Amino acid sequence: MIHQSAAQMSADLAAGSVTAVELANAHFDRIAAVDGDVHAFLHIDREGALAQASAVDASRKAGEKVHPLAGVPLALKDVLTQKGVPTTCGSKMLEGWRPPYDSTVVTNLKKAGVVILGKTNMDEFAMGSSTENSAYGATRNPWDLSRIPGGSGGGSSAALAAFEAPLAIGTDTGGSIRQPAAVTGTVGVKPTYGAVSRYGLVAFSSSLDQAGPCARTVLDTAMLHEVIAGYDPKDSTSINAPVGKMVDAAKKLDIKGMKIGVVKELSGDGYQAGVLTRFNEALEALVSAGAEIVEVSTPSFEYALAAYYLIAPSEASSNLARFDSMRYGIRVGDDGSRSAEEVMNMTREVGFGREVKRRIILGTYALSSGYYDAYYGSAQKVRTLIKRDYEAAFAKVDVLVSPTCPTTAFKIGEKSDDPVAMYLNDVCTIPVNLAGIGSMSLPCGLAPEDGLPVGFQIMSPAMKDELMYQVGGTLEAALESSWSKPLYASAPELAVK
Amino acid sequence: MALNYDQALEKYEPTLGLEVHVELNTLSKMFCGCATDFGASPNTQTCPVCLGLPGSLPVVNAKAVESSIRIGLALNCSITPFSRFARKNYFYPDMPKNFQTSQYDEPICVNGYLDVTIETEEGPKVYRVDIERVHMEEDTGKSLHVGGATGRIHGAEHSLLDYNRAGIPLVEIVTRIIPGTDKYAPEVARAYVAELRDILRSLGVSDVKMEQGSLRCDANVSISPRNSGVLGTRSETKNVNSLRSVERAVRGEIIRQANRLEAGERIVQETRHFQEESGETRSGRSKETAEDYRYFPEPDLLPIVADPAWVEELRAALPEKPSIRRKKLQEAWGVPDKEMAAMVNAELLDTVEETVALGAEPTKARSWWLGEVSRLANEKSVAPTSLIQPSEIAEIISLIASGELTDKLARQVVEGVINGEGNPRMVIEKRGLKVVSDDSALMAAIEAAIASQPDTAERIRGGNIPAAGALIGAVMKATGGQADAAKVRELLLKHLGQG
Repeated sequence: MIHQSAAQMSADLAAGSVTAVELANAHFDRIAAVDGDVHAFLHIDREGALAQASAVDASRKAGEKVHPLAGVPLALKDVLTQKGVPTTCGSKMLEGWRPPYDSTVVTNLKKAGVVILGKTNMDEFAMGSSTENSAYGATRNPWDLSRIPGGSGGGSSAALAAFEAPLAIGTDTGGSIRQPAAVTGTVGVKPTYGAVSRYGLVAFSSSLDQAGPCARTVLDTAMLHEVIAGYDPKDSTSINAPVGKMVDAAKKLDIKGMKIGVVKELSGDGYQAGVLTRFNEALEALVSAGAEIVEVSTPSFEYALAAYYLIAPSEASSNLARFDSMRYGIRVGDDGSRSAEEVMNMTREVGFGREVKRRIILGTYALSSGYYDAYYGSAQKVRTLIKRDYEAAFAKVDVLVSPTCPTTAFKIGEKSDDPVAMYLNDVCTIPVNLAGIGSMSLPCGLAPEDGLPVGFQIMSPAMKDELMYQVGGTLEAALESSWSKPLYASAPELAVK
Repeated sequence: MALNYDQALEKYEPTLGLEVHVELNTLSKMFCGCATDFGASPNTQTCPVCLGLPGSLPVVNAKAVESSIRIGLALNCSITPFSRFARKNYFYPDMPKNFQTSQYDEPICVNGYLDVTIETEEGPKVYRVDIERVHMEEDTGKSLHVGGATGRIHGAEHSLLDYNRAGIPLVEIVTRIIPGTDKYAPEVARAYVAELRDILRSLGVSDVKMEQGSLRCDANVSISPRNSGVLGTRSETKNVNSLRSVERAVRGEIIRQANRLEAGERIVQETRHFQEESGETRSGRSKETAEDYRYFPEPDLLPIVADPAWVEELRAALPEKPSIRRKKLQEAWGVPDKEMAAMVNAELLDTVEETVALGAEPTKARSWWLGEVSRLANEKSVAPTSLIQPSEIAEIISLIASGELTDKLARQVVEGVINGEGNPRMVIEKRGLKVVSDDSALMAAIEAAIASQPDTAERIRGGNIPAAGALIGAVMKATGGQADAAKVRELLLKHLGQG
């Protein structure tokens, strides 16, 4: 039951061959069996999930019209607020905090009757590419438990790959949905900036953060996309436009005559051979499906990583200032002898991990008077240049493609002492966030040298997220027919405890 | 020997600039839907947004933008076609996000001016105060420091935080250096704040109550030796809670700075707090090492692009300027400059206007409000308008005009109304304050007076008219002051053959 796609679960629920409560319990059993090894979840909300599942079952029984995904389970990244349910952002700082309000994403999920099983692990405040920066211990990649599941949303993608949930929500500031999807052989979408409300998404970098859908198939991802997307007056940066037909696009399976641009700069040196092999095979599959492949150059991408590591930490240094122990979260050193300022300092010293502190210091420096123009100011100019690169490219092609990451999943601990090596893992995903466009990662096979999943990235113009679903759906179908089964079906069996 | 103000001004030239913070009277806060009522129980007007809870996001209050633009237009500013919010980053417990969402280098209104008139030794003089910018921001919460002797954070045992005020829309109006004020700097400062307050009130955008903090003035003052051509180090005086305090604070600061320089000390760039009791300022936060607020554009909000057509609509709908309105009223009422100024200073112009509109004669209305009512209000330390209604004053004035009340009786009626004895008619009824105009009742009192002072009556009969005063006094006493003295005199003289 748990190995099916969300679309199949949806059909079974509609047909009455399974109930939402049965489905939720099957997933809770799976979590109990494998999550000791995987550690995808930080918190299980059994009571809330079963209540939601029962309500959906009752509605179906009463013959009420329900959303197709009503009763389908989902894993929620712990960076989105859910009323009354612990929300830690993978940080010690927020230990014990139960938000008094639902994020808009959660409101939309609840409205559709999606069953939220619990909150998934992540790099602290979404800063990282491996989930090793969680204050609650690393998540392991179900394909190889000695390897990272990607980050920051490693918990969500590992939950999908380990069949602990068929759907998950991630957030993507520089690749935190797509890189985990790539290294766990799952699908992840970063929608156009503003397509999904950020209200209730605990901010890392406000101008880059975007919540998005994750699943094991392109169609499942599209279904979830339509549930969570849409204009929200509570988020001033949310786009006031109707949500596109993602599901229709994912089902189209036709890309004849489409022009697909391969980004020249996102290839070559530093890319694992097996990653490029599978990427090129996927390009061939696209050609076979009738697309035209052209090479596109985006010269400013060279500066994307540098610009990102100025803008994101700058915004983070301000966004994370509110964690001062005054109103919520942990408080350290308040023994009656210390000033508020001292308590703030002690709390932040204990509450934040190394990577978070590193970025706060970096961002504080970049925004300092006298340095602002050289750092933050220049980074914003690079951002404009990257946008222009995309505009020029999209004038020639419908979508752009690249590998999602230069390598397959690396070993836990391998890069934790080398931040720059860790940052380089996001070189393909970061330009998308800087430009605010939409992008998907879907599996394109296993690298021959290590047998680990390889991700294929599709980038579409702003507010044309349908295009990546159209191309992604077609590619997925072509590859699956060549493999004669979905990639996720090849995942190794996990030891059940 | 300390310099006094005049001595300080002989040697030094003051430089003045003013920053005024105005709390807008919008129903909801700057970035969320919370109520803005003054005096609500602590932390009852809060939500995830104004508490800065993780994940919450701001949404700009459109009414606050409109009010800001109207303020800018009334101050002759240009409305910028593109303005933005920025984050001002600093840590303080009453700042929920540890940054204030404000406007920095892209404010909504720039380059305006306001003309103010003050009385000088050479007669009235107009000063043009250039407005550098008008920008929007959010207010902080309030800290209450408990246990210390001073109510300040130092020495306090603990602090209580009330976030009701956090996120209340503020507009900050910043002047450029006001040139040429010289010794009139205190008066110009006061006149500017007074004029600004009148404009804001006429726009209806704020309660403009200095004592409640809905209008706060920071005075930037520096001095330099005469003809030196250099600017001195400035101080910024806060906690100025009335118009009078604005004037006193500037004056006090000029004297303080001059005496420091005389003593060979330097002026420290700092925030100072005005002390209402002493009229002096007390040292606050040093600004010697400029705090780095690390401003950057607020990524959670879109830039504000005001539609020029809308701005023109707002401009066309601006109310009459208070200075023009005052001029018109003065002409219509025929009151001298001094009386007009007194009404304005006492903040009673609107009230007098309302009373006149209800039929009262302008001079009478002015004298009742500025005289008796203000005196009683002063005794109780409240605003005159909180004691009695313009309609009640108008009614009392009309009763005097018709002879039903004397001035003396009318004062008792006012007192009764203020004591909560009801409206003027009810007070007259209850206290029995009607003028005794019944001739037979008066005649009885007159005859009684004659009977008790036969000698005096005889002198009057003999032509000694001034002697009548004693008998009139006796009659007035007997009638409890409710008789019309002129009437008593007329009846008395007639009765004694002198009428």
